[in-house]
Amino acid sequence: MQHQLATFKLDNRLYGVDVERVQEALRMHTRTPVPGASKEVAGLVNLRGQVVLLVDLRARLGREPYRDEDEPMMVVVKVDGEPVSLLVDQVGDVLELEADQFGPPPPTLEPALRDVVRGVYSLEDGLLLSLDVDLAARV
Amino acid sequence: MDAMDDIVREFVVESYENLDQLDRDLVALEDQPGSRALLSSVFRTIHTIKGTSGFLAFGTLESLTHVGENLLAELRDGKRPMTQRTTDVLLKMVDAVREILGTIEKTGVEGSADMSSVVADIQTVLDDPTGGANAEPEEEPVVEADADVDLDDEDDDVEDDAEADEETDVAADETPETPAAEAEAAPAPKRVVKRVVKKPAAKAPAKPRTAAKDIAAEPMPSATLTAPVESGTSAPTVPAAREEAPAAPESESPAVRSAADASIRVDVEVLDALMRHVGELVLARNAMTNIAGDLGDAALVRASQRLSLIATELQQGVMKTRMQPIEHVWSKVPRMVRDISASLGRQVRLEMIGQDTELDRGLLEAIKDPLTHLIRNAIDHGIERPADRAKAGKPNQGLLTLRAYHQGGQVVVEISDDGKGIDPQIIAAKAVERGLRSAGQVANMGSQDILQLLFLPGFSTAETVTNVSGRGVGMDVVKTKVESIGGVVDVQSTPGLGTTWRLRIPLTLAIMPALTVECNSEIYAIPQVNLLELLAVDDKQSGVEYVGEAPVYRLRGQLLPLVDLRDVLTRPARESLVDSVIAVLQADGGRFGLVVDQVRNTEEIVAKPIAAAVKNIGLYAGATLLGDGSVSLILDIPAVARKALDIDLQEAMANASVEQAAATTTEPMLVVSVGEGRQVAMPLGAVTRLERLPASVIENVSGASVMQYRGKITPVVDLARLLGDGGTYREEFAVVVCTRGDRTVSLVANEVVDIVECATVDFSDVSGYGLLGSIVVKDKVTELLDLKAAVTSADSSFYDEEDAELVGAGSEF
Repeated sequence: MQHQLATFKLDNRLYGVDVERVQEALRMHTRTPVPGASKEVAGLVNLRGQVVLLVDLRARLGREPYRDEDEPMMVVVKVDGEPVSLLVDQVGDVLELEADQFGPPPPTLEPALRDVVRGVYSLEDGLLLSLDVDLAARV
Repeated sequence: MDAMDDIVREFVVESYENLDQLDRDLVALEDQPGSRALLSSVFRTIHTIKGTSGFLAFGTLESLTHVGENLLAELRDGKRPMTQRTTDVLLKMVDAVREILGTIEKTGVEGSADMSSVVADIQTVLDDPTGGANAEPEEEPVVEADADVDLDDEDDDVEDDAEADEETDVAADETPETPAAEAEAAPAPKRVVKRVVKKPAAKAPAKPRTAAKDIAAEPMPSATLTAPVESGTSAPTVPAAREEAPAAPESESPAVRSAADASIRVDVEVLDALMRHVGELVLARNAMTNIAGDLGDAALVRASQRLSLIATELQQGVMKTRMQPIEHVWSKVPRMVRDISASLGRQVRLEMIGQDTELDRGLLEAIKDPLTHLIRNAIDHGIERPADRAKAGKPNQGLLTLRAYHQGGQVVVEISDDGKGIDPQIIAAKAVERGLRSAGQVANMGSQDILQLLFLPGFSTAETVTNVSGRGVGMDVVKTKVESIGGVVDVQSTPGLGTTWRLRIPLTLAIMPALTVECNSEIYAIPQVNLLELLAVDDKQSGVEYVGEAPVYRLRGQLLPLVDLRDVLTRPARESLVDSVIAVLQADGGRFGLVVDQVRNTEEIVAKPIAAAVKNIGLYAGATLLGDGSVSLILDIPAVARKALDIDLQEAMANASVEQAAATTTEPMLVVSVGEGRQVAMPLGAVTRLERLPASVIENVSGASVMQYRGKITPVVDLARLLGDGGTYREEFAVVVCTRGDRTVSLVANEVVDIVECATVDFSDVSGYGLLGSIVVKDKVTELLDLKAAVTSADSSFYDEEDAELVGAGSEF
């Protein structure tokens, strides 16, 4: 069974989400901070007239959040029919993956990742962590 | 046309609309026989018609809907199954109701049409517990004789059709194999036409023949096609045809416009969509204005100004289509008040002021229930029985006032009664009893805050359930409902004198005027509905005082707590208040000043929904797009107030003043006016709270003055009397509350004059009883109160507990 994942990088690690759930990938827009929100909430952006929540995926995955001077990319995914934008370092290709490349998450995975990683695909040049979009976008 | 006609007309239009819905519901019911929601909806509709027809003395209509209601009640309660037979009689009833309404619309009276057969039919079904599920199809009803006026026959045809080919489905009738259905169904519309001709004939005798021909030509083809398809659930076709039909002859008798013609009924959803688009247009307009301003191109600026003008007019126009006078909701109030007061043994006079105040239709709908609830509540819990009123020295007849008016781009609706008012003591006690607040919490709340407890979920006073109020719709529901439309509700009450509930509602939901402010270079929107005024803080920070560390602003003699938006939003703290702006805001019955860096603009904003993660923070009501396309958060002012003012200012103040007393030789002094033109100062640090209360709070218990304050009886010292100046006789006065441990003493004065810094060495030695000396405050000699003596005069053991923490520096005096 083939599976298509949209991939992106964070701290040089490759992650992927179900391509069906991805609406678009964009350069960062001017974001409006949301004081009082958890650190995973990077703010709000105007996406063609719609107010969209920015999820700092680095913070969500237990890393240092993006700083104001960083210029992350936005991966806009659909959660419950509403767009949510994940902030990532770099957007990669859409990869076609076979079921036999898939394995369960390694037990050594950091706790913050264990919640949101569905499993691991082994690629020729490394590993691809497959993220559960709904969980990753939940803040 | 007299006033009665208008009521009847409205009833007819409303009922027609309801009947259409009813048809759809009944039909849908056959597909989902168990649907509680549909059954309840049907029941409500019939119930409404029944109620109103009873009120308007349409006896036949009432008796008809009454038996229908009985049947529906059993269905709704699950006592009988929904069967084809049941649906048939219900539809029959709907048609009969429609016929009566038609007569009423034309003549203003019910007419003499005999509906007893329909009533009998329903009764038959009602008497048969199986709902006629197994019964043989009923024979042609007796009314057949009355063929050309009676509705029943066509329904019976329909019934026959249904029985003939069971549940005719679409496929069946598209094939020619069921000519029976088509052949049989076709006559139905014909009959409709026939009957329709009769009716207009009475009114427009001019050319009934032509009219008949026209009508016959129109609805026939479509009816022939659709009738068989829907024959199992045939009613919608028939009424539809009938509705179309009378319209034609109408044009020939322009003398009287029917109720349906007087206005176009537009689906609210269409208006909503229109409003949304206008909202987007307004945003685009804002962006355009911005760009035009930046570019500075004269032609572009002109074009954008024109666009701006048109957008504004369009917006107003669309808003206007949705505006209705509040009278629409109020018109039912007099009777409601009459009924409620009668059933509760109250005498109530109703005054309504500002009936023609208009507001958005959707909002009107939304405030209907809260309003009804508040009115019931005012009569049930507010206005006393005549005997009690007499005892309290009030006229037997209570006064209930509804008042609506526009104020600052919003609509204010007040419901006031002159009843017994709400006693904060009781509310506080109840809140404790229900575990909503601890006794300690309640003791630290002002009476205004305590009244707000009424709005807590779970507060609903179960033991006061009557058939009028207290049926589980608590004040929390009122509050939720009002807040859901961006409004605020607050209550003010004076025990013994009455209660006023005040709803403040935006004019419209889609677009709201807002103030955009800057905080730490970020822009936030404050809904205008919460804004009272703006104050600029000057170089000298005049007007800004500190109660302990907590800043307050002295605004026309009243102290306004200040909340810094930077603190609320955990932004870098402000170094100085100089050059900042204070937005005076109204929330939850209290006012406070929100300190912002600067004010940018007033803008029309369109609230966009925000993600739950942002909503749950509890500071933002939504987000909007500004002219430059950036997102701006809309502050939820009531939430901000709750959050910011939660930090107990009093506590901060008490702590701060202890430190201050140790460190400095100057003291902040509270200056109050006493008696005839005297000023008395006391150390602010010893003061726990300042209140303005009506004189009625003071009671006499065995020669000593006491008042109930936060659930406790506290001794009261009238400063004027203490200082040998008669006594304080005013309607309302300032109360200085001093608390030490669990002991509280209240000092009564005329007004709070000022808070001043005063060096403790300044005291002159001139003193009298209860005084320590005097100081000069703003060129006026001010006596320094011996607070300890004053307090001890009312509560001799106030300072007895050795180990009790000294509340403030005041104890040093």
